[in-house]
Amino acid sequence: MAKQRVLIVGGGLAGLAAAMQLAESGTDVDLMSLTPVKRSHSVCAQGGINSVNELTRQQGDNEHLHFDDTVYGGDFLQHQPPVKEMTEWGPKIINLMDRLGVPFNRTPEGFRDQRRFGGTLFKRTAFAGATTGQQLLYALDEQVRRWETAGKVKKYEFWDFLGPMLDENGICRGAVAQDLVTMEIRTFPADAVIVGTGGCGLIFGRSTMSMACTGSAAARCFRVGAKYGNGEFIQVHPTAIPGADKLRLMSESARGEGGRVWVPRTPQDPRDPKSIPEAERYYFLEERYPKYGNLVPRDIATREIFSICTEDGLSVEKDRLCVYLDLTHLPKSAHDKLGGILDIYEKFQGVDPREVPMKIFPAVHYSMGGLWVDYERTPSGGLKPGSPKNQVTNIPGLYAIGECDYQYHGANRLGANSLLSCIFSGLIVAPGVQNWMKAIPGGPAADKPSSFYEAERKKHQAAHDKLLHRTGGGENPYLIHQELGNVMTKAATVVRYNNVLRDAYATVCELQQRAEKCSLSDTGNWTNQNVVFTKALVDMFPLARTILKGALQRDECRGAHFKPEFSPAGIDASASPTDRRRLAEEWCDRFELNTAKWCKSTVATLGADGEPQIAYEDVDTSLITPRPRLYGLVGAEAIEQVWNERQAAKKNGAATNGSAVAATAS
Amino acid sequence: MIQAASHDAPSSHDHAPPPATFTVRVLRQDAPDQPSYWEKHTIVRENDMNVISVLQRMAAQAETADGNPVTPVAWDCNCLEEVCGACTMLINGRTRQACSALVDKLLVDNPEGIELRPMSKFPVLRDLMVSRARLFRALQKAKAWIPVDGYYDLGSGPKQSPADQEVAYPLSECMSCGCCLEACPQYTKIELTKRDGETDAEFKARETSAYDGAFIGAHAISQVMLFNTHPTGKMNAGERLDALTAEGGIQVCGNAQNCVAVCPKHIPLTTSIARAGRATTLHSLKKFFDL
Repeated sequence: MAKQRVLIVGGGLAGLAAAMQLAESGTDVDLMSLTPVKRSHSVCAQGGINSVNELTRQQGDNEHLHFDDTVYGGDFLQHQPPVKEMTEWGPKIINLMDRLGVPFNRTPEGFRDQRRFGGTLFKRTAFAGATTGQQLLYALDEQVRRWETAGKVKKYEFWDFLGPMLDENGICRGAVAQDLVTMEIRTFPADAVIVGTGGCGLIFGRSTMSMACTGSAAARCFRVGAKYGNGEFIQVHPTAIPGADKLRLMSESARGEGGRVWVPRTPQDPRDPKSIPEAERYYFLEERYPKYGNLVPRDIATREIFSICTEDGLSVEKDRLCVYLDLTHLPKSAHDKLGGILDIYEKFQGVDPREVPMKIFPAVHYSMGGLWVDYERTPSGGLKPGSPKNQVTNIPGLYAIGECDYQYHGANRLGANSLLSCIFSGLIVAPGVQNWMKAIPGGPAADKPSSFYEAERKKHQAAHDKLLHRTGGGENPYLIHQELGNVMTKAATVVRYNNVLRDAYATVCELQQRAEKCSLSDTGNWTNQNVVFTKALVDMFPLARTILKGALQRDECRGAHFKPEFSPAGIDASASPTDRRRLAEEWCDRFELNTAKWCKSTVATLGADGEPQIAYEDVDTSLITPRPRLYGLVGAEAIEQVWNERQAAKKNGAATNGSAVAATAS
Repeated sequence: MIQAASHDAPSSHDHAPPPATFTVRVLRQDAPDQPSYWEKHTIVRENDMNVISVLQRMAAQAETADGNPVTPVAWDCNCLEEVCGACTMLINGRTRQACSALVDKLLVDNPEGIELRPMSKFPVLRDLMVSRARLFRALQKAKAWIPVDGYYDLGSGPKQSPADQEVAYPLSECMSCGCCLEACPQYTKIELTKRDGETDAEFKARETSAYDGAFIGAHAISQVMLFNTHPTGKMNAGERLDALTAEGGIQVCGNAQNCVAVCPKHIPLTTSIARAGRATTLHSLKKFFDL
């Protein structure tokens, strides 16, 4: 029997973790990437990686609390067993990365230093300067290079994944891909394919994501029948630096150190910002949220900055939406502390933020949604180790890991959890894949007739040739991409309205038809980036439509998905105690009804007509009961009291029922 | 006070409004065995432009300054934040990343326009895209990794002082962009073509051997020092020093010190080279006397 192989598509943190784990346990790996794997988007992560550690443990922290913070932050939309397992692996993963040589910041005694991130009370986040993602990626890249040198991993860099190959039984037998230099299209027979290709930020035009994050690999799986989960959940970061080519992240720590957000009270005041008197500045976060000021949670900051520009028309500039993030009043010590991130602003804007207020605006940052994947639960609520079901899509033999799976972050991702989920999913997929390969229905990929692979290759070659030689049309792929980005950013980011989403869906369908008429300015067959981009563009539409349709149908607010029309109002604080009690009871009734209706995964399949079909699946919330997020709500105390009483009553009820059952049994 | 004075002083920023359009000259090449040629483009200036957005505009407008239809220029990029190293090219003659090359600044220094060329020390694949495979091969040769026992949970890594971390971290920021190699007089271009009848594997082996025989470069020397000072990595320090004393090793360095001047991450490459020089000398002596 020929030696079995696994194909990994994508060489970011997830793909590299899977590659080194598979190679160590004896499996030969083909590792494919659009870019040399060391240049993957994981390098952009700045902040850090979360896990419980010896210090936080002694302050009352434990894995369960990290698990709880993650599902609470995700508004209870993720299946709980994989998240529980991930948080339990957290400490082990940090230790492993430490052993691999990641230069984590150190305490005076030589331990790993930790910082605090949003959504938790503990200093759980290990970090390496301002480039933690880069440092983690390099450590894995080095290990994979070690296995490459030993002959266990073969890299295919500058290759574009064109799609999985499914046999007559719907089992994945490898993939078809194209060399981005020679344009050769060939097949990669494989006994399992693992896709770890990151997010789909480029669907929104410009975002904080890298140029490889088109979502095309996930879309190509979606096109052949893979399900796509929770597509409408897209995280928008409140503060990014608008650029002509991309939106670069400005860390939350700028506000943490005392940065103030404001706009001139006069729309588009042309004066130098420093000459605008205090009275003519609108510190809108401080005025609207006196208690929290500039440090309101991410989603609120994002919405306020967005609406001050779009609804109040107070954007600093006329042609471009932005507000001031002002650090000019801060002492030198604060500037020094922020050194690294201030340098980024200066480097890309050519302006010193110590002297001139920064201009910032929210930007699409992370796709919580992605390819739907399965898992096998243990009775105690964790993941069964080595189960071939862990991380598998609905297509047998096709696995998804990292940002391109939908599994870990629910409706909203906590800061510093993405690096953890990427490495974790990469590590745990390996033993499951190896078990899958022990008993593949129909035998190994190498035993399939070559005619099967040749037919797949020909199909993709024909599509490529057709696109290359298309005449007429006249549409420009780069301009269509800009239009798509504008529509998606307007309709499906910070604030969502059904009428806007409906119009956007129609517009995107029209753009999709136009994209099918793109004429190429390069019809050659050597390093043709024009045709590669056009293919990626065409594949953005199935996901764009899934995001819009999912958002349109989901009539509620959850995590990053915010529809003002369905935002639960607070309760009248001036009502009499009796009325307040009644209102709180009603509020809790509505919350429970909404949870029953909407605490469900959105699961899309692509219809033959190109229309995403959306279904809803129950979420496994058996470990932690979904509870309301009451931040900043009027009457929160009354609601919380009622809520807690209800939970206590349920617990007692369960205990009573339990003993009744026990009594009957005996 | 000094700052205020310098703010009031007239400068080109204050007095010369940026032009409405500017010219970009690109050195193009259709394929490795083809001749290169210059092409001129006119770009409408926008706020916050960098060289990446210039290349994006050029692809979208798809015609030269003379109005002739052209194919988009091929170039390499990914993160656009100067952490991935992909978009390295020669901009107005200087090796640097296109993402952090801001148009307004370039035009102040060079009002006649912007000139883009591919790196000259690596084989051109097309236009501004080059193959930096040799750079990554050097990391294999240098065994630039920590040879851990395995990936089971074996507890935490070794303790390290903040001082040691502060030495290691900058070295670990090397993004393999190749600027140090482009600027190095000892690093000369190796470009091989496949012979008739040669298999892919045979060609690859011939290429690897050619790479291994030529200068390894400042980036790899610095990586050796990174791993040789790590508490676990130093257990295999000798193997990495062997790579630096082999053909194409540190002895080829001519001490021009260009590498450190062009490194976009300000990695102290010459310090690494000096440290590696001492370490390899000691290593060779030890080997010679079989200590």
